[in-house]
Amino acid sequence: MSANSNILVIDDEVQIRRLLKLNLQSNNYNIIEAENGAMGLELAASHHPDVIILDLGLPDKDGLDVLKDLRQWSNIPVIILSVRNSENDIVTALDSGANDYLTKPFNTNELLARIRASLRQQYHELTSPVFRSGKLEVDLNSRIVKCNGELVKLTATEYSLLSLFVKNAGKVITHSYILKEVWGLPFSDETQYVRIFIAQLRKKLEDNPNHPELFTTESGIGYRLNII
Amino acid sequence: MDSSKPNADEILERIKKREIRKNKGKLKIFFGMSAGVGKTYAMLQQAKSELDNGVNVVIGYIETHDREETEALVKDIPIIPRKKILYNNIELEEMDIDAILEKGPSLVLVDELAHTNALGSRHKKRYLDVLELLDKGINVYTTINVQHLESRAGNVAQITSIVIRETVPDSILDSADEIELVDISPEELLERLEEGKVYKGEQSARAIENFFKIGNLTALREMALRLTADRVDKQLRDYMHDEKIPGPWKSGQRILVAVSSSPTSEYLIRWARSVSYSMNASWIAIYVETSKPLPDEDKARVKKALDLARELGAEIITSIDEDVVRSILKTAREENVSQILVGKPDKKRIFSFITDKEIVYRLIREGGNIDVYVVSTEKKEKKSSSLKRFLRSQSEISKYLITSSIVGFVALILYPLSEYIGYQTVAMILLLAVALLPLFFGPGPVLLAATSSAIIWNFFFIPPKFTFFIHKIEDALMFAMYFIIATVTSILTTRIRAREYAVRQREKRAVALYNLANDLSSSRSIEDVLNTTVRNIKLVFDAECALFLSDTRGLLFNTYAKGSSLRLDPKEFSVASWSFANGKKAGKFTNTLPSAECQYYPLTSPRKIFGVTAIKFSNKIDLKIDEETLLGSFISQAGVAIERELLNENSKRAMLLEESEKLYVNLFNTLSHELRTPISAIIGTANFLMERSNEKVTAHDRNIIKEIHTAGMRLNRLVENLLDMTRLESGRIKLNLKWYDIRDLVNNIIKDLSDEIEGYKLIINIPESTLPVKVDYVLLEQALKNILYNAVLYTPQGSEICIDVISNKEKFEISVSDNGPGIPDEALNSIFNKFFRVENSKPGGTGLGLSIVKGFIESHNGTICAVNLEPTGTKFIINLPIFELNNKEETK
Repeated sequence: MSANSNILVIDDEVQIRRLLKLNLQSNNYNIIEAENGAMGLELAASHHPDVIILDLGLPDKDGLDVLKDLRQWSNIPVIILSVRNSENDIVTALDSGANDYLTKPFNTNELLARIRASLRQQYHELTSPVFRSGKLEVDLNSRIVKCNGELVKLTATEYSLLSLFVKNAGKVITHSYILKEVWGLPFSDETQYVRIFIAQLRKKLEDNPNHPELFTTESGIGYRLNII
Repeated sequence: MDSSKPNADEILERIKKREIRKNKGKLKIFFGMSAGVGKTYAMLQQAKSELDNGVNVVIGYIETHDREETEALVKDIPIIPRKKILYNNIELEEMDIDAILEKGPSLVLVDELAHTNALGSRHKKRYLDVLELLDKGINVYTTINVQHLESRAGNVAQITSIVIRETVPDSILDSADEIELVDISPEELLERLEEGKVYKGEQSARAIENFFKIGNLTALREMALRLTADRVDKQLRDYMHDEKIPGPWKSGQRILVAVSSSPTSEYLIRWARSVSYSMNASWIAIYVETSKPLPDEDKARVKKALDLARELGAEIITSIDEDVVRSILKTAREENVSQILVGKPDKKRIFSFITDKEIVYRLIREGGNIDVYVVSTEKKEKKSSSLKRFLRSQSEISKYLITSSIVGFVALILYPLSEYIGYQTVAMILLLAVALLPLFFGPGPVLLAATSSAIIWNFFFIPPKFTFFIHKIEDALMFAMYFIIATVTSILTTRIRAREYAVRQREKRAVALYNLANDLSSSRSIEDVLNTTVRNIKLVFDAECALFLSDTRGLLFNTYAKGSSLRLDPKEFSVASWSFANGKKAGKFTNTLPSAECQYYPLTSPRKIFGVTAIKFSNKIDLKIDEETLLGSFISQAGVAIERELLNENSKRAMLLEESEKLYVNLFNTLSHELRTPISAIIGTANFLMERSNEKVTAHDRNIIKEIHTAGMRLNRLVENLLDMTRLESGRIKLNLKWYDIRDLVNNIIKDLSDEIEGYKLIINIPESTLPVKVDYVLLEQALKNILYNAVLYTPQGSEICIDVISNKEKFEISVSDNGPGIPDEALNSIFNKFFRVENSKPGGTGLGLSIVKGFIESHNGTICAVNLEPTGTKFIINLPIFELNNKEETK
């Protein structure tokens, strides 16, 4: 992971940009600023940033459209910057290829954690097929799951759910994405399936299933496998 | 089209019939051959046993004829008092239908179905009262004699030579759910009569002499038995059909009866009805209108005949064609008719005999495989001879005088000139005058003029003068030719004129309709449509008109279009309401409430009734058939236009709503963006400074930064609360219900509020067996956060805060309790109100938090309440609806 990653901030509010700049520069990131969608897309093409922070409410075009345009030619991780009460927009953005989200007002530590997770995801494929987080160890090649060094037996569905989480470690994944990938139900509302299998994974893999640390719930949006 | 199985249409029809029947009351008819057989008695007996079974039975109208046995039965059943109607200073008693409807019994007894109501009643006939009762879902028992059935009245008159005036359409018999034949032998009936059990004293003797003869009774009995048997037969066939039992299916026959202006048409229609009934065939009555104008009395007769046919269940077709035979056969083929019924040509009508006979021959010749039945019709009404009618139809005496004097005047002028121009030229000039007369006068005066001019010419001009004697053979020929030419010209011209008149009338109607359609299509609002309709009806029918539309609750409201001077008093308005509620025409010249001043037509579209048209004609005569058709088209055109405007208005309203919605969303988004951005900047910057481990920041500075951060968070909370409140108040909250573990939700809340609850003792009770819940995560999270924050705000540091969750198959309850000072009892009910704050409470709250909680919980269809605990503390209890969980996956 390069220490001086480039981060493109697309936000029309100069105050927010300044705040992000302050935060990120003091953590050794390089900042590129764009004040609207068109400029953002241009800069993304010319500067190849490592992460893009994208505000959903832009003056010239919808942040969602910027995301869709970007996704046509690039896989650069995108973190959505949004306000509370727009969970539907966030879910749509995540399902359209955004990697993560952040609600305003945001906490500095939260922001840095999201950026780190996104950067890690981008370079994850290059590292070993064995994923580790806390006491959890998953070998995607040999399909071996260990907790506290001990082998854990999972059902087929549990394993496919876990591997989906591992492939997207640190990133929030939506209910509909999970339903589509694991159950093949892209337009379904059957969130109870997801809920039940998350509960089972927690029971098998968490120290205290009632206070999960690995598999956390993101309010109204989905779940996240934390990298500890 | 002989089908061996019921086809889809028939099945649909049957289902529809059943649907209609479901909501309607049931009709049971006690049917007998004559008075005195014991129908009323049988009806009362059955009603009595229903009453004993606990059915709510009332007597609507019973005639006991002072028969003891009957009166004994009546005593037990509650009676609805009859309505007293004053007519010509005579007090008449009728069934009080309003009182019955108000009482709403489940069964009403109504005697003598064929009775004609006194003028001033709602309906002309009692059977119409009964139909209304049935429509309102009330069951009815009633009685009727066979001679009162419309199709039998003619036969009965033939047999008994008593003309029956009170009749009911046969359709009411068909629509009855049950018919019970009350039958005794004629001998027994006569015995009963003689014993005075039917009529008292002298009345009885008279009755026996006039009506109750054994021959009459036997004939009537046969009729009643046969009718009942026919019905039973039909029921059996229907049943077999319904149950798909193979058997002799509906014959597939269709009968067409040709209706003319002849007074025997009515008889022909009755005949057609009984034929179609016995053959179980459907039937059509056709009337072909030619350009030949009919006198008003004939028009009225046609209308009456068609009304009768409609009442007896025929399908009515009217067509316009010069060639009657061609039109009949064309319709017959289109409608798959198997038999055509026509009346036998009337020998006494010399002129029409020729054409009528030709019609019959042509029907037979050109009818192909369609059977043609020629029915002999008895003459019921003495018809004025055609010549007399012909003469009378157009003219008054003055016109005869005028034409005769014109001829006389011309002759007078010609007389001195005849010397010079010759008497043959005189004939030509006279002929010219006669030929011109039809342009101004009707056929009668012209014929008179033609005849008198011939005579004048003969008498005054042909030598030898002043005699009717004609000397020369050529003069005699000339005279004969003159006479013929004058007559033929006058007849032909009259006919052309009449035809022209008819064409003009038709054109006038077409133009009127066109004008209305044109005006209506350019109307741009409901008001416009109403005004246009009122104006056009006034123009064409010389009638005042007003339109009433229904409001959203389905009630009629009283609106008057501009230009309508018609005002309804409450009594008239109630007639309009009846027409609206029942979807039938009412008022003057109709069978319902004919004493009203106006006529009322419901305004309908294929989907619903949305108003009533009231029309008051300035002349007192009922409309002619073509006028009525035209009025019907007018009203339906207006109906379509009004519906169009109503739909238009609805779509406009929807568009407006959509626009305002868009505006609201934009405003809301802009506002929230503008408020949140600076707050985010403040909090974010303070946060950044706080996290910085730079020794340049002193402890003092750090405190100040912390203050900025806290204030920023507080401001943020206020803004979020205000925005939530706005969302709630706009009703724009859409639930996004999904399944969650309540534990996840509670954990997240505690994590988010970790700063606030520091120093408090948090106890969480969520049993292992807790079922997942289907909620809007974000809303419930916000609600619980607000309650928890509230608890923190109003209890001292170190207090206990307890979260209990119960989620099982019976209930889903979340409660948050603390052991703080509690809420003053008098404030308990107000704490969920907007901006309400308990007196002397700590600063920091907005008074919005709890009302938002309540709003969010209620949008989940849940409830929330607060109670004080003993010894101290407050408990908030939230109850949310539970959803059926699909357990298949759970158990897997």
